[in-house]
Amino acid sequence: MTVYLLRRLFQSLLVLVAMSLIVFVGVYAVGDPVEILISPDADQAERARAIVALGLDKPLWQQYLVFVQNALRGDLGRSFVYNEPALQLILQKMPATMELALGATVFAILVGLPLGLYAGLHPDSGGAKAIMAGSILGFSLPTFWVGLMLIMVFAVQLGWLPSTGRGDTLWGWSFLTPNGLSHLVLPSINLALFKISLVIRLTRSGVRETMLMDYVKFARAKGLSRNRVTYVHVFKNILIPVVTVVGLELGSTIAFSVVTESVFAWPGMGKLIIDSINVLDRPVIVAYLMIIVLMFIVINLVVDIMYSVLDPRVRLEGQG
Amino acid sequence: MFQQGFAVTATLEVRDLQTHFFTRAGVVKAVDGVSFTVERGKVLGLVGESGSGKSVTGFSIIGLVDAPGRVVGGSIWFQGKDLARLSEEEMRSLRGNRIAMIFQDPMMTLNPVLRVDTQMIETVQAHEQVDRETARQRARDALGMVGIPSPDERLMSYPHQFSGGMRQRVAIAIALLHRPDLIVADEPTTALDVTIQGQILAEVQKLAATTGTSLIWITHDLSVVAGLADDIAVMYAGRIVEDGPVSQVLDAPLHPYTVGLIGSVPSRNKRGEPLRQIPGMTPSLLKLPAGCAFRSRCERADEACLEHPALFGLREGQRARCFHPHLEEVPA
Ligand SMILES: Nc1ncnc2c1ncn2[C@@H]1O[C@H](COP(=O)(O)OP(=O)(O)OP(=O)(O)O)[C@@H](O)[C@H]1O
Ligand code: SF4
Ligand SMILES: [Mg+2]
Repeated sequence: MTVYLLRRLFQSLLVLVAMSLIVFVGVYAVGDPVEILISPDADQAERARAIVALGLDKPLWQQYLVFVQNALRGDLGRSFVYNEPALQLILQKMPATMELALGATVFAILVGLPLGLYAGLHPDSGGAKAIMAGSILGFSLPTFWVGLMLIMVFAVQLGWLPSTGRGDTLWGWSFLTPNGLSHLVLPSINLALFKISLVIRLTRSGVRETMLMDYVKFARAKGLSRNRVTYVHVFKNILIPVVTVVGLELGSTIAFSVVTESVFAWPGMGKLIIDSINVLDRPVIVAYLMIIVLMFIVINLVVDIMYSVLDPRVRLEGQG
Repeated sequence: MFQQGFAVTATLEVRDLQTHFFTRAGVVKAVDGVSFTVERGKVLGLVGESGSGKSVTGFSIIGLVDAPGRVVGGSIWFQGKDLARLSEEEMRSLRGNRIAMIFQDPMMTLNPVLRVDTQMIETVQAHEQVDRETARQRARDALGMVGIPSPDERLMSYPHQFSGGMRQRVAIAIALLHRPDLIVADEPTTALDVTIQGQILAEVQKLAATTGTSLIWITHDLSVVAGLADDIAVMYAGRIVEDGPVSQVLDAPLHPYTVGLIGSVPSRNKRGEPLRQIPGMTPSLLKLPAGCAFRSRCERADEACLEHPALFGLREGQRARCFHPHLEEVPA
């Protein structure tokens, strides 16, 4: 297990280095922040001073080396706009995005698993067909549109739930206060929509496949109750693919929370990155992308470990 | 062999069982009027080619025929009750308790993500209200009984940590947990190598003899039946074409299909004689020829065989479904 972990960590490091290069060069190619940041009526000398101050006068490879050197000290540059460390800026916004993504994941599981289970157990019922049709909508409707609809119906017309901001927070978390929690509901549902559909489909196909296995028939031949067969023998087997996919999806949920955060004015990393892209605030963009890469790496690692906890076959190989 | 009324000693009496699958392509009569009796402590060998309906017969008895299949006719008498008419809950309480089943592929019968102890204890607790410790004790004893070394450790293992033969022993141990009156064994040794097959056969035979358990042993391997079974029923296209005491049927088969089956077993072939294979293939159950289902493959077929033959008692205890049985060959 330790050998395996070390190997995985080394691989992750390589990915991180490669990504930092790509991100750095990519962002460099996007545009010239000088045009946006420095007021058009500044004179030549002022421009030159600003460019030197931002470190933009050096060649690209030198800028990259400086960036790596600083990154190793935990310094991902200062925001051109806020004149604050980029990393700190992003970390401040992180809890907001995290709780949004986790809220969406919780919804996806709470809604998707039971619906998928039902659709898998009664594939020919009208309910199952409705669920499957709904899941297609979940896949295909654009997030921003659904977000707007949610706001129209639940915030504007019915007035049940707030539609913008995080509400009250406790230690930086909304879900710890009733008011914050109510703010979290609509954006979470919005972000969860795609994942609910995913969980429904995964669960349903998992259930249908597993039901045909000999070990399920054997479990029934042992005289186990229907519930025991479904909730222990079938469920435990489908949990493996579902946990894997939901876990891996956490990264992309965080990455794609950009749209939901914009619609609901949720002050998270996604909103920050959109604003930063608008003004080409390079250090923030680079820092954001690096953090997302790091997050994907960590999530994959955690999912691997959870996978081995759930599936005894993987566990054994890991030890060997 | 076919008795009118209820034999007191019979563990199981299947009468005119019909199990059909209602598929899009049509009705598949997988089991079409099968009758047999299994006496207490006896072993019935159910043989036949692939697709002849052996497994469906077994699943019908234990009440596990899944849609689009259904038992549409006949009765399955077990301990004075017709299993074909029991409610799901009544059937569940018999399954794994009074009637157990063992499957063909030991690699697939145990749930890969549950420990062996879980899978055994749940079986005990499905039928008896005992605490976990007692149940575990029972599980351990059962593992010991089927020859699994250090059962305490093995209980904590997952199925993939066992070899195929060991997994089948675990499955047999599970089947034995409640000392059932009947075990339906669906080709349980086919997937195993010959030595392990022999060991398991010997142990099962011993267990059945000591506990008075009746066995239905499904196989297409006649040599297994020869050593193990008391009676034999030969199935073809959803029907029994010949049955009787095992020695009699194997020494002096009446039905051309049985003769063909025996001829295709290498060990029973006389030296020098070429191995005979039954020509042709099992006909599709959707398009059975009129009359005798074996007609297209039978050397003896003539116009008489355009009629549907009934199962005739032709010798003491031996019946065959054929207009031109091999009666000329006198049993040794
Ligand atoms: N779910 C099903 N749907 C349609 N037909 C089925 C189904 N299950 C079984 N059958 C039909 O029932 C017939 C008998 O199948 P069965 O599994 O009993 O054969 P078998 O004698 O056990 O053969 P094998 O030696 O291959 O196990 C097959 O020809 C098959 O076409
Ligand atoms: S009835 Fe006719 S076709 Fe059928 S097995 Fe007998 S001889 Fe052959
Ligand atoms: Mg079979």
